[in-house]
Amino acid sequence: MAKVTSPMGRVGSFSRYVLLVACTLGALLPGYIMLTGAFKTQSEFLSSPWSLPANPTFKAFGESWSAGLPSWFVNTILVTAGAVVGVMVLSALAGWGFAYWQFKGRETLLGIIVSLMVVPPVVLLIPLFQFGAQLGWISTFRILILIYIGLMLPFSIYLLANFFSAIPHSLLEAAQIDGASTGAIFRRIVLPLSGPPIATLAVVNILWAWNELLLALVFLQDPEKHTLMVGIAGFRGRYSLDIPTVMAGLTLVTLPLVIAYLVGQRFFIQGLTAGGIKGE
Amino acid sequence: MTDATMTTTRGPAPSGGRRSSRRPGPWHAALWIAPAAIAIVFVFAYAIYQLVVQSFKYKGAWTGWDNFRIVLTDPLFLTALKHNMELLLCVPVLIAIALLLAIVLSETIRGHTFFRGVLFFPYILPVTVVGVVLGQLLTLNGPVNTALNGVGLGKLAADWLGDPNIALWTMGAVIVWKEVGFGIVLFLARILSLPTETYEAAALDGAGFWRKHWSITLPQMTGVIAFYAVTEAIVMVSWVFNYVYIMTNGQGGPGDSTVVTELYIYRMAFQNQQIELAAAAAVILFLITLLLVVIFFRLQRKSLLAVVGE
Repeated sequence: MAKVTSPMGRVGSFSRYVLLVACTLGALLPGYIMLTGAFKTQSEFLSSPWSLPANPTFKAFGESWSAGLPSWFVNTILVTAGAVVGVMVLSALAGWGFAYWQFKGRETLLGIIVSLMVVPPVVLLIPLFQFGAQLGWISTFRILILIYIGLMLPFSIYLLANFFSAIPHSLLEAAQIDGASTGAIFRRIVLPLSGPPIATLAVVNILWAWNELLLALVFLQDPEKHTLMVGIAGFRGRYSLDIPTVMAGLTLVTLPLVIAYLVGQRFFIQGLTAGGIKGE
Repeated sequence: MTDATMTTTRGPAPSGGRRSSRRPGPWHAALWIAPAAIAIVFVFAYAIYQLVVQSFKYKGAWTGWDNFRIVLTDPLFLTALKHNMELLLCVPVLIAIALLLAIVLSETIRGHTFFRGVLFFPYILPVTVVGVVLGQLLTLNGPVNTALNGVGLGKLAADWLGDPNIALWTMGAVIVWKEVGFGIVLFLARILSLPTETYEAAALDGAGFWRKHWSITLPQMTGVIAFYAVTEAIVMVSWVFNYVYIMTNGQGGPGDSTVVTELYIYRMAFQNQQIELAAAAAVILFLITLLLVVIFFRLQRKSLLAVVGE
């Protein structure tokens, strides 16, 4: 885009920065209130919510930590790890199945899988809950992991099938001529070439499972099985008279995400917009 | 999936007695796809089948359309549905803000990556955290009203989530705050992929900011805008449970002012134990979502299917 150096252009670029800075503040202010609030006392938070904490205290962190955060963290990590490992393996296998073979009905099948992405979880909730209840699996991680895998699969298969299809045929043919089996081609050629898309997909899936509330709320009724999202959903009601504790808990929950985002922003942005940019 | 197909293109009939194909037959694909297919069939096909069957029953007995009749004449369900439709008004707002910021970002050279990173950040946050923090900010004596009073705009202060007349719109604003980053990044990627020659020609002709983007940028972005519009429409219709649940303590209050369809289904099933009615409501929600997807495919000249098949 041509750079304009007329006075008009400079005014334009100034107002652009004003707009961007205003929006940046808008995006970050809630985080500022959360972070500073966590170091305040209740009365200080109510009287001067926008100022920096006058006498920073870590009391709220201790308070929220002993309210159950450690076990929620562990539970979230278990559920997320189980579901994401499962979905990565299943979607890589299926993605390769779709990418390597041009079988009849392939496009239709992929199309159906892609459209499943939009099915709202609340629609599936009732029958899956009844299924879990029949098996006596309510308040177990395995039923939740199973459902998470199912829900994450459509997008994962779509992304990997697309990527695997783009691997140059000459590479695969060379391996075939050398007598490599399909499994060997997948392991030795396709997977090593697929580091970035697999990392991107893992980030998207981890984020989704980590943040999921509705299913965890319904399936994990035993308080000992609560995940982070279920736990902090009940936080505000329990500590309505102690906002700093709520803010400290939220800060601790958000911290891993912030760190992950700072380190691997590229993967977040690529992964979360993959559907849209490919869909163009 | 482990059998080696030791066939070469040069050699005659292979020793394994198999037809001389360069790769195993297409039925092999089924072996690779099967594990995922089983999980998908269980979570989607089985669940949707059960849901539909249940929506026509009451205590195990077939009752035809009765459940649908009851749900569709339930004022609370209609209110919930109306709220979802009202939230659809957030979609044009999202598109407008995202477009403006994406265009501005595309013309910003210094700090481009920083601004993009910050503006995208709310999109990765869990709704649970967003809901609690913004819910706290917007209470009657909360920081937002404190700030408004502080700068002499006390007249604008309101009970954002406690006043039934504005609670739903406050909710909408929170959703916009979180979702707009997605649109910005999506649109920005598209703008940066547009050819620059037309812009250079337009600049030579002295076209201003609005003229340039109205005539050059927008017409080339209809596809990605349609995608974003439908994605966000689906969010407004069937993915807002978390916001409402968190910001109203699962009540949809004050009164019924923020009850949405998902909350109606959740409460019908797990608080009122009216599973069959909840199932009927869920079927209706599912059909509305499907309708949106069909509209999307109609809007898109190239269907998503064609893209998948390259």
